[in-house]
Amino acid sequence: MDFLRPACWSEALEAKANHPDATPVAGGTDVMVELNFDHRRPETLLDLTRIEQLREWSRTERAGVASVRIGAGVPYSRLIDELGTSLPGLAMAARTVGSPQIRNRGTLGGNLASASPAGDGHPPLLASNAEIELESVRGSRTIPIEEFFTGVKRSAMASDELVAAVHVPVSTGPQQFSKIGTRNAMVIAVCTFAVALWPERSGVGTGLGSAAPTPRSAPEAEEFLAAALTEADQWDDPRPLPDSITERFGELVAQAAAPIDDVRGTAGYRTHALHVLARRTLSWAWDEYRGGTEFSGRQRCA
Amino acid sequence: MRLNLNVNGRAMTADDVWEGESLLYVLRERLGLPGSKNACEQGECGSCTVYLDRVPVCACLVAAGQAQDREVGTVEGLADEEELAPVQRAFVDEGAVQCGFCTPGLLVAADDLINRVPEPSDAEIREALAGNLCRCTGYEKIMAAVRTAAERNAGTGISGSTGGDRE
Repeated sequence: MDFLRPACWSEALEAKANHPDATPVAGGTDVMVELNFDHRRPETLLDLTRIEQLREWSRTERAGVASVRIGAGVPYSRLIDELGTSLPGLAMAARTVGSPQIRNRGTLGGNLASASPAGDGHPPLLASNAEIELESVRGSRTIPIEEFFTGVKRSAMASDELVAAVHVPVSTGPQQFSKIGTRNAMVIAVCTFAVALWPERSGVGTGLGSAAPTPRSAPEAEEFLAAALTEADQWDDPRPLPDSITERFGELVAQAAAPIDDVRGTAGYRTHALHVLARRTLSWAWDEYRGGTEFSGRQRCA
Repeated sequence: MRLNLNVNGRAMTADDVWEGESLLYVLRERLGLPGSKNACEQGECGSCTVYLDRVPVCACLVAAGQAQDREVGTVEGLADEEELAPVQRAFVDEGAVQCGFCTPGLLVAADDLINRVPEPSDAEIREALAGNLCRCTGYEKIMAAVRTAAERNAGTGISGSTGGDRE
Protein backbone atom coordinates (compact mmCIF):
# COMPACT_ATOMS: atom_id res chain seq x y z
CA MET A 1 0.00 0.00 0.00
CA ASP A 2 1.15 3.53 -0.77
CA PHE A 3 0.53 6.42 1.57
CA LEU A 4 0.54 9.75 -0.25
CA ARG A 5 0.86 12.85 1.84
CA PRO A 6 0.45 15.94 -0.35
CA ALA A 7 1.44 19.15 1.40
CA CYS A 8 -0.79 21.40 -0.68
CA TRP A 9 -3.92 21.32 -2.81
CA SER A 10 -2.21 21.30 -6.22
CA GLU A 11 -0.10 18.33 -5.09
CA ALA A 12 -3.24 16.55 -3.94
CA LEU A 13 -4.95 17.09 -7.29
CA GLU A 14 -1.88 15.83 -9.12
CA ALA A 15 -1.71 12.78 -6.88
CA LYS A 16 -5.37 12.01 -7.54
CA ALA A 17 -4.83 12.45 -11.30
CA ASN A 18 -1.86 10.06 -11.21
CA HIS A 19 -3.62 7.58 -8.90
CA PRO A 20 -7.33 7.75 -9.75
CA ASP A 21 -7.92 4.64 -7.61
CA ALA A 22 -6.40 6.28 -4.53
CA THR A 23 -8.74 6.47 -1.54
CA PRO A 24 -8.74 9.96 -0.06
CA VAL A 25 -8.68 9.99 3.73
CA ALA A 26 -9.35 12.97 5.99
CA GLY A 27 -11.04 12.26 9.35
CA GLY A 28 -10.81 8.52 8.71
CA THR A 29 -14.20 7.88 10.28
CA ASP A 30 -15.30 5.79 7.28
CA VAL A 31 -12.04 4.77 5.60
CA MET A 32 -10.25 3.54 8.72
CA VAL A 33 -13.21 1.42 9.79
CA GLU A 34 -13.05 -0.37 6.43
CA LEU A 35 -9.30 -0.85 6.80
CA ASN A 36 -9.48 -2.02 10.41
CA PHE A 37 -12.09 -4.62 9.51
CA ASP A 38 -10.27 -5.69 6.38
CA HIS A 39 -13.28 -4.81 4.25
CA ARG A 40 -11.08 -2.91 1.85
CA ARG A 41 -7.44 -2.84 0.90
CA PRO A 42 -6.93 0.21 -1.28
CA GLU A 43 -3.61 0.27 -3.09
CA THR A 44 -3.14 3.91 -2.26
CA LEU A 45 -4.27 6.15 0.57
CA LEU A 46 -4.31 9.88 -0.14
CA ASP A 47 -4.05 11.81 3.11
CA LEU A 48 -5.73 15.22 2.89
CA THR A 49 -5.12 16.39 6.46
CA ARG A 50 -1.99 18.39 5.65
CA ILE A 51 -3.72 20.73 3.23
CA GLU A 52 -4.36 23.90 5.19
CA GLN A 53 -6.71 25.48 2.68
CA LEU A 54 -9.16 22.61 3.05
CA ARG A 55 -9.51 23.53 6.71
CA GLU A 56 -10.60 27.11 6.03
CA TRP A 57 -14.01 28.67 5.50
CA SER A 58 -14.89 32.12 4.18
CA ARG A 59 -17.87 34.34 3.47
CA THR A 60 -18.64 34.78 -0.20
CA GLU A 61 -21.41 35.87 -2.48
CA ARG A 62 -22.79 33.61 -5.17
CA ALA A 63 -25.20 35.13 -7.70
CA GLY A 64 -26.01 37.88 -5.22
CA VAL A 65 -26.65 35.42 -2.36
CA ALA A 66 -24.57 35.71 0.80
CA SER A 67 -22.92 32.32 1.27
CA VAL A 68 -20.26 30.50 3.22
CA ARG A 69 -17.61 28.55 1.37
CA ILE A 70 -16.63 25.66 3.64
CA GLY A 71 -13.37 23.90 2.86
CA ALA A 72 -13.89 20.15 2.54
CA GLY A 73 -11.62 19.46 5.52
CA VAL A 74 -13.38 21.60 8.13
CA PRO A 75 -14.39 19.19 10.94
CA TYR A 76 -17.93 19.06 12.35
CA SER A 77 -16.78 20.49 15.68
CA ARG A 78 -15.80 23.72 13.92
CA LEU A 79 -19.06 23.90 11.96
CA ILE A 80 -20.78 23.87 15.36
CA ASP A 81 -18.45 26.36 17.06
CA GLU A 82 -17.92 28.78 14.20
CA LEU A 83 -20.93 28.60 11.87
CA GLY A 84 -23.89 27.94 14.17
CA THR A 85 -25.39 31.40 13.57
CA SER A 86 -24.92 31.61 9.80
CA LEU A 87 -25.80 28.01 9.04
CA PRO A 88 -27.98 26.82 11.94
CA GLY A 89 -29.42 23.78 10.15
CA LEU A 90 -26.01 22.44 9.25
CA ALA A 91 -24.72 23.08 12.78
CA MET A 92 -27.69 21.21 14.26
CA ALA A 93 -26.97 18.23 12.04
CA ALA A 94 -23.28 18.41 12.91
CA ARG A 95 -24.16 18.21 16.62
CA THR A 96 -25.82 14.84 16.02
CA VAL A 97 -22.78 13.31 14.33
CA GLY A 98 -21.07 10.53 16.31
CA SER A 99 -19.38 11.78 19.46
CA PRO A 100 -16.97 14.60 20.32
CA GLN A 101 -14.04 12.46 19.13
CA ILE A 102 -15.77 11.81 15.80
CA ARG A 103 -16.83 15.44 15.34
CA ASN A 104 -13.24 16.54 15.94
CA ARG A 105 -12.12 14.48 12.94
CA GLY A 106 -15.04 13.94 10.58
CA THR A 107 -15.46 16.44 7.75
CA LEU A 108 -18.23 17.62 5.45
CA GLY A 109 -16.03 16.79 2.46
CA GLY A 110 -15.71 13.21 3.65
CA ASN A 111 -19.44 13.01 4.29
CA LEU A 112 -20.08 14.07 0.69
CA ALA A 113 -17.39 11.91 -0.90
CA SER A 114 -18.74 8.85 0.95
CA ALA A 115 -22.22 9.81 -0.34
CA SER A 116 -23.95 7.54 2.16
CA PRO A 117 -27.75 7.85 2.10
CA ALA A 118 -27.44 8.23 5.89
CA GLY A 119 -24.91 11.09 5.90
CA ASP A 120 -26.04 13.56 8.57
CA GLY A 121 -24.64 16.58 6.73
CA HIS A 122 -26.62 16.04 3.56
CA PRO A 123 -30.23 16.98 4.49
CA PRO A 124 -29.40 20.53 5.68
CA LEU A 125 -27.28 21.06 2.57
CA LEU A 126 -30.24 19.98 0.43
CA ALA A 127 -32.58 22.28 2.36
CA SER A 128 -30.19 25.15 1.63
CA ASN A 129 -29.61 24.37 -2.05
CA ALA A 130 -25.90 24.12 -1.37
CA GLU A 131 -23.41 23.69 -4.18
CA ILE A 132 -20.45 21.33 -4.24
CA GLU A 133 -17.13 22.57 -5.58
CA LEU A 134 -15.16 19.75 -7.19
CA GLU A 135 -11.68 20.10 -8.54
CA SER A 136 -9.17 18.12 -10.57
CA VAL A 137 -6.07 18.97 -12.56
CA ARG A 138 -8.51 19.53 -15.46
CA GLY A 139 -10.17 22.37 -13.63
CA SER A 140 -12.88 23.25 -11.14
CA ARG A 141 -16.64 22.83 -11.41
CA THR A 142 -19.50 23.55 -9.06
CA ILE A 143 -22.63 21.45 -9.10
CA PRO A 144 -25.92 21.77 -7.22
CA ILE A 145 -26.20 19.26 -4.38
CA GLU A 146 -29.38 17.88 -5.97
CA GLU A 147 -27.19 16.59 -8.80
CA PHE A 148 -24.35 15.34 -6.62
CA PHE A 149 -25.78 12.05 -5.31
CA THR A 150 -26.28 9.44 -8.03
CA GLY A 151 -26.84 6.23 -6.05
CA VAL A 152 -26.09 4.41 -2.80
CA LYS A 153 -22.59 5.67 -1.92
CA ARG A 154 -22.20 7.00 -5.45
CA SER A 155 -21.75 10.57 -6.53
CA ALA A 156 -21.15 12.68 -9.62
CA MET A 157 -17.43 12.91 -8.80
CA ALA A 158 -15.01 11.81 -11.49
CA SER A 159 -12.17 9.50 -10.48
CA ASP A 160 -9.62 12.31 -10.68
CA GLU A 161 -11.70 14.79 -8.70
CA LEU A 162 -11.64 15.77 -5.04
CA VAL A 163 -14.20 17.77 -3.06
CA ALA A 164 -12.69 21.23 -2.62
CA ALA A 165 -15.48 22.99 -0.78
CA VAL A 166 -19.20 23.34 -0.16
CA HIS A 167 -21.02 26.60 -0.81
CA VAL A 168 -23.95 27.12 1.54
CA PRO A 169 -26.27 30.16 1.44
CA VAL A 170 -26.39 32.00 4.77
CA SER A 171 -29.73 31.39 6.50
CA THR A 172 -32.35 34.12 6.18
CA GLY A 173 -34.96 32.34 8.31
CA PRO A 174 -35.37 29.50 10.78
CA GLN A 175 -33.80 26.13 10.06
CA GLN A 176 -34.38 22.84 11.83
CA PHE A 177 -32.95 19.35 11.74
CA SER A 178 -34.10 16.18 13.44
CA LYS A 179 -32.69 12.69 13.55
CA ILE A 180 -34.04 9.37 14.74
CA GLY A 181 -31.70 6.84 16.31
CA THR A 182 -31.44 4.48 19.23
CA ARG A 183 -29.54 6.92 21.42
CA ASN A 184 -28.43 10.51 21.42
CA ALA A 185 -24.86 9.82 20.27
CA MET A 186 -22.94 7.43 18.04
CA VAL A 187 -25.84 6.40 15.85
CA ILE A 188 -26.24 6.02 12.15
CA ALA A 189 -29.58 7.66 11.46
CA VAL A 190 -32.74 5.60 11.12
CA CYS A 191 -33.93 8.68 9.27
CA THR A 192 -33.31 12.42 9.31
CA PHE A 193 -35.14 15.50 8.13
CA ALA A 194 -34.07 19.10 7.60
CA VAL A 195 -36.25 22.10 6.85
CA ALA A 196 -35.26 25.68 6.05
CA LEU A 197 -37.47 28.74 5.57
CA TRP A 198 -36.23 31.38 3.13
CA PRO A 199 -38.53 34.37 3.74
CA GLU A 200 -36.73 36.77 1.40
CA ARG A 201 -37.68 34.61 -1.57
CA SER A 202 -40.80 33.09 -0.01
CA GLY A 203 -39.13 29.70 -0.30
CA VAL A 204 -38.97 26.46 1.64
CA GLY A 205 -36.14 23.93 1.56
CA THR A 206 -36.19 20.30 2.69
CA GLY A 207 -33.78 17.40 2.95
CA LEU A 208 -34.38 13.73 3.79
CA GLY A 209 -31.72 11.30 4.98
CA SER A 210 -31.74 7.48 5.30
CA ALA A 211 -34.99 7.60 3.39
CA ALA A 212 -34.03 6.60 -0.16
CA PRO A 213 -31.01 5.32 -2.11
CA THR A 214 -29.67 8.86 -1.99
CA PRO A 215 -30.28 11.85 0.24
CA ARG A 216 -33.03 13.84 -1.45
CA SER A 217 -35.35 16.78 -1.01
CA ALA A 218 -39.14 16.77 -1.11
CA PRO A 219 -39.93 19.30 -3.87
CA GLU A 220 -43.70 18.83 -3.70
CA ALA A 221 -43.71 19.47 0.03
CA GLU A 222 -41.57 22.57 -0.49
CA GLU A 223 -43.84 23.96 -3.21
CA PHE A 224 -47.00 23.18 -1.27
CA LEU A 225 -45.81 24.90 1.89
CA ALA A 226 -44.33 27.93 0.11
CA ALA A 227 -47.55 28.45 -1.86
CA ALA A 228 -49.74 27.95 1.22
CA LEU A 229 -47.72 30.50 3.19
CA THR A 230 -47.81 33.02 0.35
CA GLU A 231 -51.52 32.54 -0.28
CA ALA A 232 -52.41 33.24 3.34
CA ASP A 233 -49.98 36.16 3.52
CA GLN A 234 -48.17 34.26 6.27
CA TRP A 235 -44.66 35.43 5.31
CA ASP A 236 -45.43 39.06 6.16
CA ASP A 237 -48.00 38.42 8.84
CA PRO A 238 -47.16 35.08 10.43
CA ARG A 239 -49.95 33.46 12.44
CA PRO A 240 -50.26 29.94 13.85
CA LEU A 241 -50.20 27.36 11.05
CA PRO A 242 -53.44 25.41 10.62
CA ASP A 243 -53.06 21.67 11.30
CA SER A 244 -54.20 21.00 7.75
CA ILE A 245 -50.98 22.61 6.49
CA THR A 246 -48.50 20.91 8.81
CA GLU A 247 -50.30 17.61 8.26
CA ARG A 248 -50.23 17.91 4.47
CA PHE A 249 -46.57 18.96 4.60
CA GLY A 250 -45.77 15.82 6.61
CA GLU A 251 -47.67 13.67 4.13
CA LEU A 252 -45.84 15.11 1.14
CA VAL A 253 -42.46 14.66 2.84
CA ALA A 254 -43.28 11.03 3.63
CA GLN A 255 -44.40 10.51 0.02
CA ALA A 256 -41.04 11.79 -1.23
CA ALA A 257 -39.26 8.97 0.61
CA ALA A 258 -38.42 5.58 -0.88
CA PRO A 259 -37.04 3.78 2.16
CA ILE A 260 -35.98 0.17 2.65
CA ASP A 261 -36.18 -2.31 5.52
CA ASP A 262 -32.80 -2.77 7.18
CA VAL A 263 -31.22 -3.47 10.56
CA ARG A 264 -31.91 0.06 11.76
CA GLY A 265 -35.61 0.17 10.91
CA THR A 266 -38.35 -0.84 8.54
CA ALA A 267 -39.53 1.12 5.54
CA GLY A 268 -42.91 1.52 7.20
CA TYR A 269 -41.38 2.95 10.36
CA ARG A 270 -39.20 5.34 8.37
CA THR A 271 -42.13 6.64 6.34
CA HIS A 272 -44.16 7.22 9.49
CA ALA A 273 -41.22 8.82 11.28
CA LEU A 274 -40.50 11.20 8.41
CA HIS A 275 -44.10 12.37 8.49
CA VAL A 276 -43.74 13.10 12.21
CA LEU A 277 -40.30 14.72 11.87
CA ALA A 278 -41.53 16.97 9.06
CA ARG A 279 -44.54 18.16 11.04
CA ARG A 280 -42.49 18.67 14.17
CA THR A 281 -39.54 20.50 12.63
CA LEU A 282 -41.92 22.73 10.66
CA SER A 283 -43.74 23.60 13.90
CA TRP A 284 -40.47 24.48 15.62
CA ALA A 285 -39.30 26.55 12.67
CA TRP A 286 -42.63 28.31 12.39
CA ASP A 287 -42.73 29.14 16.11
CA GLU A 288 -39.29 30.63 15.71
CA TYR A 289 -40.39 32.63 12.66
CA ARG A 290 -43.42 33.99 14.48
CA GLY A 291 -41.37 34.90 17.51
CA GLY A 292 -38.31 36.17 15.72
CA THR A 293 -37.50 39.66 14.59
CA GLU A 294 -33.86 38.98 13.91
CA PHE A 295 -34.35 37.66 10.40
CA SER A 296 -33.15 40.01 7.74
CA GLY A 297 -35.26 38.53 4.97
CA ARG A 298 -38.47 40.33 5.73
CA GLN A 299 -38.99 43.16 8.17
CA ARG A 300 -42.14 42.98 10.20
CA CYS A 301 -44.54 45.85 9.57
CA ALA A 302 -45.80 47.81 12.51
CA MET B 1 7.32 3.25 6.23
CA ARG B 2 9.06 5.12 9.00
CA LEU B 3 6.97 7.28 11.27
CA ASN B 4 8.24 10.19 13.34
CA LEU B 5 5.94 11.72 15.87
CA ASN B 6 5.92 13.32 19.28
CA VAL B 7 4.22 11.30 21.98
CA ASN B 8 3.69 12.72 25.47
CA GLY B 9 6.33 15.34 24.84
CA ARG B 10 8.98 12.94 23.52
CA ALA B 11 10.11 12.50 19.93
CA MET B 12 9.52 8.90 18.87
CA THR B 13 10.16 6.85 15.76
CA ALA B 14 8.45 3.70 14.56
CA ASP B 15 9.84 1.62 11.73
CA ASP B 16 8.22 -0.82 9.32
CA VAL B 17 4.84 0.76 9.86
CA TRP B 18 2.25 -0.63 7.44
CA GLU B 19 0.56 2.21 5.54
CA GLY B 20 -2.93 0.98 6.40
CA GLU B 21 -2.48 0.60 10.14
CA SER B 22 -3.92 2.91 12.74
CA LEU B 23 -2.24 5.25 15.17
CA LEU B 24 -3.65 3.00 17.90
CA TYR B 25 -1.73 0.01 16.57
CA VAL B 26 1.46 2.08 16.37
CA LEU B 27 1.09 3.24 19.96
CA ARG B 28 0.31 -0.17 21.40
CA GLU B 29 2.37 -2.53 19.29
CA ARG B 30 5.32 -0.45 18.11
CA LEU B 31 5.89 2.21 20.76
CA GLY B 32 5.16 0.18 23.90
CA LEU B 33 2.28 2.37 25.02
CA PRO B 34 -0.61 -0.02 25.69
CA GLY B 35 -2.57 2.46 27.83
CA SER B 36 -4.89 3.32 24.94
CA LYS B 37 -7.18 0.31 24.57
CA ASN B 38 -8.20 -1.52 21.45
CA ALA B 39 -11.84 -2.57 21.48
CA CYS B 40 -14.25 -1.69 18.71
CA GLU B 41 -11.84 -0.38 16.04
CA GLN B 42 -14.62 1.73 14.59
CA GLY B 43 -14.75 4.85 16.73
CA GLU B 44 -17.74 3.58 18.66
CA CYS B 45 -16.34 2.93 22.14
CA GLY B 46 -13.81 5.70 22.80
CA SER B 47 -11.41 3.43 24.72
CA CYS B 48 -8.56 4.49 22.39
CA THR B 49 -9.14 8.23 22.87
CA VAL B 50 -5.90 10.22 22.64
CA TYR B 51 -4.98 13.81 21.98
CA LEU B 52 -3.87 14.50 18.43
CA ASP B 53 -2.49 18.02 18.23
CA ARG B 54 -4.33 18.66 21.51
CA VAL B 55 -7.73 17.54 20.23
CA PRO B 56 -9.31 14.30 21.52
CA VAL B 57 -9.73 11.72 18.76
CA CYS B 58 -10.16 7.98 18.41
CA ALA B 59 -6.65 6.65 17.70
CA CYS B 60 -8.18 3.69 15.85
CA LEU B 61 -9.50 6.07 13.17
CA VAL B 62 -6.26 7.94 12.61
CA ALA B 63 -4.13 6.44 9.85
CA ALA B 64 -0.60 6.00 11.14
CA GLY B 65 0.80 8.23 8.40
CA GLN B 66 -1.54 11.03 9.42
CA ALA B 67 0.30 11.25 12.73
CA GLN B 68 3.66 11.99 11.05
CA ASP B 69 5.20 15.06 12.75
CA ARG B 70 2.10 15.45 14.90
CA GLU B 71 1.83 15.71 18.65
CA VAL B 72 0.09 12.82 20.36
CA GLY B 73 -0.93 12.70 24.01
CA THR B 74 -1.96 9.39 25.56
CA VAL B 75 -3.26 8.39 28.98
CA GLU B 76 0.36 7.59 29.91
CA GLY B 77 1.15 11.28 29.57
CA LEU B 78 -1.57 12.62 31.86
CA ALA B 79 0.32 12.17 35.14
CA ASP B 80 3.69 13.72 35.82
CA GLU B 81 6.50 11.88 37.59
CA GLU B 82 5.16 12.60 41.03
CA GLU B 83 1.41 12.90 40.91
CA LEU B 84 -1.67 11.66 39.17
CA ALA B 85 -3.55 14.16 37.01
CA PRO B 86 -6.73 15.58 38.60
CA VAL B 87 -8.96 13.28 36.54
CA GLN B 88 -6.94 10.21 37.50
CA ARG B 89 -6.95 11.12 41.20
CA ALA B 90 -10.71 11.73 41.07
CA PHE B 91 -11.43 8.41 39.31
CA VAL B 92 -9.53 6.62 42.08
CA ASP B 93 -11.15 8.59 44.88
CA GLU B 94 -14.68 8.13 43.53
CA GLY B 95 -14.26 4.45 42.65
CA ALA B 96 -15.06 5.18 39.00
CA VAL B 97 -13.02 2.21 37.77
CA GLN B 98 -14.32 -1.32 37.55
CA CYS B 99 -12.63 -3.55 34.95
CA GLY B 100 -10.71 -0.49 33.79
CA PHE B 101 -10.83 -1.11 30.08
CA CYS B 102 -12.78 2.05 29.24
CA THR B 103 -10.89 4.12 31.81
CA PRO B 104 -7.96 5.40 29.69
CA GLY B 105 -10.31 6.80 27.06
CA LEU B 106 -12.62 8.30 29.65
CA LEU B 107 -9.65 9.93 31.37
CA VAL B 108 -8.47 11.64 28.19
CA ALA B 109 -12.00 12.77 27.29
CA ALA B 110 -12.60 14.04 30.84
CA ASP B 111 -9.20 15.72 30.98
CA ASP B 112 -10.05 17.60 27.80
CA LEU B 113 -13.43 18.65 29.20
CA ILE B 114 -12.22 20.03 32.53
CA ASN B 115 -9.48 21.99 30.80
CA ARG B 116 -11.90 23.49 28.27
CA VAL B 117 -14.89 24.03 30.54
CA PRO B 118 -14.02 25.13 34.09
CA GLU B 119 -17.39 24.29 35.68
CA PRO B 120 -19.09 21.74 33.46
CA SER B 121 -22.79 21.03 34.00
CA ASP B 122 -23.95 17.42 34.14
CA ALA B 123 -25.31 17.81 30.62
CA GLU B 124 -21.90 19.01 29.43
CA ILE B 125 -20.17 16.08 31.14
CA ARG B 126 -22.58 13.60 29.54
CA GLU B 127 -22.08 15.19 26.14
CA ALA B 128 -18.29 15.16 26.53
CA LEU B 129 -18.34 11.47 27.45
CA ALA B 130 -20.98 10.46 24.88
CA GLY B 131 -18.31 8.74 22.78
CA ASN B 132 -16.96 6.59 25.62
CA LEU B 133 -18.69 3.34 26.54
CA CYS B 134 -18.40 1.54 29.88
CA ARG B 135 -19.92 -1.94 29.86
CA CYS B 136 -19.27 -2.88 33.50
CA THR B 137 -21.54 -0.58 35.34
CA GLY B 138 -23.54 2.59 35.26
CA TYR B 139 -21.96 5.94 34.68
CA GLU B 140 -22.82 7.46 38.07
CA LYS B 141 -19.37 7.08 39.62
CA ILE B 142 -17.76 8.27 36.42
CA MET B 143 -19.98 11.37 36.51
CA ALA B 144 -19.06 11.91 40.16
CA ALA B 145 -15.37 11.59 39.34
CA VAL B 146 -15.54 14.16 36.56
CA ARG B 147 -17.46 16.58 38.80
CA THR B 148 -14.82 16.13 41.51
CA ALA B 149 -11.96 16.56 39.05
CA ALA B 150 -13.53 19.72 37.66
CA GLU B 151 -14.03 21.17 41.13
CA ARG B 152 -10.47 20.44 42.16
CA ASN B 153 -9.13 21.74 38.88
CA ALA B 154 -11.06 24.99 39.27
CA GLY B 155 -9.94 25.17 42.91
CA THR B 156 -6.25 25.02 42.14
CA GLY B 157 -6.46 27.47 39.27
CA ILE B 158 -3.87 25.30 37.54
CA SER B 159 -4.95 23.60 34.38
CA GLY B 160 -4.47 19.89 34.62
CA SER B 161 -1.88 17.85 32.89
CA THR B 162 -2.80 17.13 29.31
CA GLY B 163 -1.46 15.56 26.21
CA GLY B 164 1.86 16.64 24.82
CA ASP B 165 3.14 19.93 26.10
CA ARG B 166 -0.24 21.54 26.38
CA GLU B 167 -0.15 24.42 28.83
